[in-house]
Amino acid sequence: MVAFIIRRLFAAVLLVLVIAFVTYAIFFLVPQVAGLTPYDLAARYVGKTANPATIHARMVKLHLNQPFIVQYFDFIRDLVFGAHYDAGAEQSYCPPPCFGYSFVYQTPVWPQLASRIPVTLELAAGASVLWLVGGVTIGVISALRRGRPVDRVSMGIALAGVSLPVFFTAILSQSQIRDRFQIFTGAGGQWVPMHTDPMQWLSNMILPWLTLAFLQAALYARLTRAGMLETMGEDYIRTARAKGLPERTVIARHALRATMVPIITIFGLDLGTLLGGAVLTETAWTLPGLGQYAILSIGDNDLPAVLGVVMVGAIFIVVANLVVDVLYAVADPRVRLAG
Amino acid sequence: MTVPIEVSGSETQADPEAVLAGLDRKAIEGRSLSQIAWLRLRRDKVALAGGGVVVLLILVAVFEPFLVSWFGHPPNEFHQNLVDPNLGGRPLYGIGHSGISRHFLLGVEPVNGRDLFSRVLHGAQISLLIAFLSTLISVLIGTVLGTVAGYFGGWVDSLIARTMDVFLAFPLLLFAIALAGVVQGKAFGLQGDTLRIVLLIFIIGFFNWAYIGRIIRGQTLTLREREFVDAARAMGARPAYVLFREILPNLIAPILVYSTLLIPTNILFEAALSYLGVGLEEKTATWGSMLAHAAPDYALDLEFVLVPGLAIFITVMAFNLFGDGLRDALDPRAR
Repeated sequence: MVAFIIRRLFAAVLLVLVIAFVTYAIFFLVPQVAGLTPYDLAARYVGKTANPATIHARMVKLHLNQPFIVQYFDFIRDLVFGAHYDAGAEQSYCPPPCFGYSFVYQTPVWPQLASRIPVTLELAAGASVLWLVGGVTIGVISALRRGRPVDRVSMGIALAGVSLPVFFTAILSQSQIRDRFQIFTGAGGQWVPMHTDPMQWLSNMILPWLTLAFLQAALYARLTRAGMLETMGEDYIRTARAKGLPERTVIARHALRATMVPIITIFGLDLGTLLGGAVLTETAWTLPGLGQYAILSIGDNDLPAVLGVVMVGAIFIVVANLVVDVLYAVADPRVRLAG
Repeated sequence: MTVPIEVSGSETQADPEAVLAGLDRKAIEGRSLSQIAWLRLRRDKVALAGGGVVVLLILVAVFEPFLVSWFGHPPNEFHQNLVDPNLGGRPLYGIGHSGISRHFLLGVEPVNGRDLFSRVLHGAQISLLIAFLSTLISVLIGTVLGTVAGYFGGWVDSLIARTMDVFLAFPLLLFAIALAGVVQGKAFGLQGDTLRIVLLIFIIGFFNWAYIGRIIRGQTLTLREREFVDAARAMGARPAYVLFREILPNLIAPILVYSTLLIPTNILFEAALSYLGVGLEEKTATWGSMLAHAAPDYALDLEFVLVPGLAIFITVMAFNLFGDGLRDALDPRAR
């Protein structure tokens, strides 16, 4: 088991390095392919008004004129050990994990990312509980009442749910629920941290949770229903019934358990993706999370900030992958033996 | 070796003609997979309705310039005489101040008074164009790499499978947003909306191939072990022949199903990118950007929100219904 975890951990670190390489390559090569020189990139750091000498100095300071591979290793080194920028009078230190300096704020990117992680975490945590419980319950009921009105109606709603983008349902619930009934108004669009005022925080979060969960619950209901229908046809379900187990036990202990394994896998990955920034939900509800930061940074052309968000998002996904793999191995010895 | 079973009496003697007498003669003809699928699909009224809407949408997108010139106004023509500057630019006329009239079939936009009918139609054209071409790219890359990985195995398979893992581990939306945001103005000898459309097609197409690739690889792995592939190889067929003539025809069904189900995903993807402001140019009408513009004014003119929102909903729903039906028709086990 320990060997399995170490092997997977090693693979995960390797995966993060590969993703960092590709991400770094794309963000610093694509602008160049598109016709930007290192000088233009440096100009973005300094701002449009700076004189050529300042821009050139910044280009040298940030190693933008170095070969790509050198820049990549510098990036990884800074990420792990932090970076000292030394340009004459301009001394600065960027503690690890150093994603570089923001073009716009001239401060390290990581503290800004870190301050936004809790918001995304709270959004993802609340919504994921809602969608997992809601989606699986609806899926199981649908599968057990296959072809009946309950099944048809809930699958119809689920299909509608997967076809509705969250930025549309967000506006609809803003206008038809929040404004019409004057409920869940929060602090009038202002973000309130949980520890400042829990009630206002809750009032702020309920509708974002619901809109995000609705979309995902629809997906999970469809997946659960399909999984349950397949499992219920298995021989061991027939055996369980034949040995006289009550139907409740057959469904809860035998069918649902087997159905949940792939669902939990997908859940882990979805959660990982979401933690990297629920971009659409955060934008639609103006929540100051990682996703909103990504959008703001792109609007500002702030490459290091964008790179930072993408890297954090990738790390969340890889970690979620790892956790799912390990849980799988705990549940099923065949997995850890196969490697 | 068959062991002869003791058969006695005439009651076990079946008369084939008698059995068939009550049946339509056609019923026992051999049917190809596509015939069986079509028979099943024809009975699925919901899927057919979805398919009908899809065909209608494609026609609308293709004939958009004519429809706009007959029934609408140019998508970027301002009609500020139709909005009330004192009420934040709310449309003056129409049911519930939507601006709907004989000349503006879906009303006008607040503030600028642009024709929503023309804009939503233009959005349909862009949305379908990007969704179809990006799906084509995903399917091409996914099929080629999936079959190669599944058929050849070994280190080729390991390499491609690991690449797929990397792609699946990417924060796709975040990455696509970042990439679409990084390239600005002129690039690759293109500029303006042409550049944006080509860019979006490649980004969306390039990031979705791994899903379809994995499915195709799995299918190829099972097909490779089938007898007809062994037979072809035993007769000395080259790998290319086996891949294209033996394996690929058997992959048509999953490719068709997953393409149909990938199109609505890509429509949502494009809408999301446009909504976030990294899609096409500001002035160009797309469903996502219309929603982004409508969002701050939803209290002023809800109809402005509903038009692009429902356009996305109906389109995605139609593709999903058709795709689900197609899957059920081609693979009854998935039902």
